[in-house]
Amino acid sequence: MRKYTISSVTIFLFSLISLAPSEAFAADKLSGGDTAWIITATALVLFMTMPGLALFYGGLVRSKNVLSVLMQCFTICCMASIVWLVVGYSIAFGGGNAWWGGPSKVFLAGVSTDTLFGSIPEDVFFMFQMTFAIITPALIVGAYVERIKFGAVILFSALWLIFVYAPSTHWIWGGGLLADLGWASDALKGYATMDFAGGLVVHANAAVAALVIAKVLGARRGFPDELRPPHNPGLVMIGAAMLWVGWYGFNAGSALAADGSAGMAMTVTHISASAACLTWILIEYIKFGKPSLVGIATGAIAGLATITPGSGFVGPGGALVYGVGSGVLCFYMINVVKSKWNIDDSLDVFAVHGIGGILGILLTAFFADASLGGNGLPEGITMGTAFLGQLIAAVVTIVWAGVASFILLKITQAVLGLRVTVDDETEGLDITSHGERSYDL
Amino acid sequence: MKYIVAIIKPSKLDTVREALMEIGVQGLTTSEVSGFGRQKGHTEIYRGAEYAISFVPKTKIEIAVSDDMADRVLETIRNEAGSENIGDGKIFVYELTDAIRIRTGERGDEAL
Repeated sequence: MRKYTISSVTIFLFSLISLAPSEAFAADKLSGGDTAWIITATALVLFMTMPGLALFYGGLVRSKNVLSVLMQCFTICCMASIVWLVVGYSIAFGGGNAWWGGPSKVFLAGVSTDTLFGSIPEDVFFMFQMTFAIITPALIVGAYVERIKFGAVILFSALWLIFVYAPSTHWIWGGGLLADLGWASDALKGYATMDFAGGLVVHANAAVAALVIAKVLGARRGFPDELRPPHNPGLVMIGAAMLWVGWYGFNAGSALAADGSAGMAMTVTHISASAACLTWILIEYIKFGKPSLVGIATGAIAGLATITPGSGFVGPGGALVYGVGSGVLCFYMINVVKSKWNIDDSLDVFAVHGIGGILGILLTAFFADASLGGNGLPEGITMGTAFLGQLIAAVVTIVWAGVASFILLKITQAVLGLRVTVDDETEGLDITSHGERSYDL
Repeated sequence: MKYIVAIIKPSKLDTVREALMEIGVQGLTTSEVSGFGRQKGHTEIYRGAEYAISFVPKTKIEIAVSDDMADRVLETIRNEAGSENIGDGKIFVYELTDAIRIRTGERGDEAL
C-alpha cells in the first residue's frame, strides 16, 4: 500500500475542486491557433528580458558594471519564475476577492494539462503571465545599477513581486479592485480599467518602484557631473531591437488569441515605436545637432511602453499620437527627474517607462473611442468618464506601488543593506560582486 | 642611442610607419593612449546629458635608434604625422643607455 504525502493529497483534493467549472467563459474550447500563438508570444516576452533588456541596460552602464547588470536581469528571471509558481500566479489570478486572488492556485494547484483559460490551456496562460512577472522587476534594475548589493536585488525583487506586482495584476487583470470601478463613482459602474498589456501593471509599477529606490539608495558616486557615458551604445541598440521584436509577444500576445485583434495590437505597437523613434531623434537634431543611436533606441522604448496599455483598444492613427507624444514627453522628463528632482534614476526608468505607461493609460480613454479610430468605448461610457476611470486606476496603482515599494525597500535595507561600499563601487560591481571581468582586452 | 617617443594622431600611424621603414628603421612599438594638450577634449551627449570627454585618443610610437639615425627619424615623423593642426602631437627624445637583443644577447647599436 503506497503512502501518500499530505501535500499530494491536498493537491488531489484541489484538482477535484477544479473539475467544477469556476470561470464564466462563453465557450471553453481549446483553440490550437490561439494556443500556438500564446506559446510563441511567451517565448517572445521572455526574450525581452533574456537577453533584450539585459543588453539594453548593459550597454548603458560603464564596462566595469556591465556583467552585474546582466547578472541581475538573469537572476531576477530565475527567481521571479519560482515566486510566480509558488504564490505569484495565485495572488494574481486565483479568483479570490477584490484585493488578492487567494491561495487556491499556489504551486499551480488544480491546473492540469487539460485545464483551460478561455481558449488556451491554463498552463500556457500561466507561463505567458510569468514572463510579464519576470520583466517587471527586471525593469527596476535601471534605477539602481552600479551601486546596489546583489543580495538586495534578489530579496527586494521577490518581496516586490508578492506584495506589489501580483496584487496589482489581480486588481487590473485578475478581476480585482480596478476591474470594476463602480466603488469610485456611479458613473464607473462596470467600468474595467483599460490596460491591455501592462501600462500600469508593468511599466508604472516598475517605474514608481524605480523612483523610490533611486531616491532611498542615493545617487551614484559622481552624479551628476562626473559620470561616464554608456560604455557600449551598440549593445543598447541590440537590446532595444530585441525588446521591439519581443514586444509583439507582449502586446499582440495579450489579445490571448490568434486573430485580428492581435494583428492590430501588433500594428499599433509598431507604429507607436516608429513614431517615437523619429520624434526623439528629431528633437535631438534640433537641440544638439546630432541624432544619436542611444536616442533612437530610447525613443523606441518610450513609444513601446506608451502604446502598451492601449494596444488592444486603439487604431493605427491613434498610435501615431502615442508615439509622438511619448517621444516628446519622455525626452523632456529625463531631464526633469535627473536635473530638477535631482534623483539618479540611472537608466531613466521612471521617465521612459513610468511616464510612458501613464501617458498611454490616459490617452487610451480618448483613442479607444470609435470616433478616434479605436475599437469603441464600452456602452454608456464617454471619453470623459473613461478618463476619470483611467486616472483613478493610475493613482491607486501609483500610490500602492510607491508606499509598498518604500516599505519593502526599508525591510531589505534592514535585513541585507542596499548599497555596496565606496571602494567596491569605484572598482566596479563586476569584479567585486561577481569576481568577473567583462572584457579581457 | 636615443629612445624616441612620439604621440601622434591615430590616423597617421600607417603613413609614419611606412616612411620610417623606408629610411631604415627596423622596428617600433605602438600603443593606444589618450591625452590632451592644447587640443581640448570633446563633448558627448547621451539622453540629453552632456559628458565632457577631456581625453583624446592618440597613438604612441616608441623607437630605439642609433644617434646618427635620430635626426632623420624625428624629421620623418614630423613630416608624416603633421597636419599643421592643433592635436598633431609631440615627440620626446630620451637618452638610451643600452639595448639588448634577447635572442642573441647583442648589445648597443647592434641590437637595434
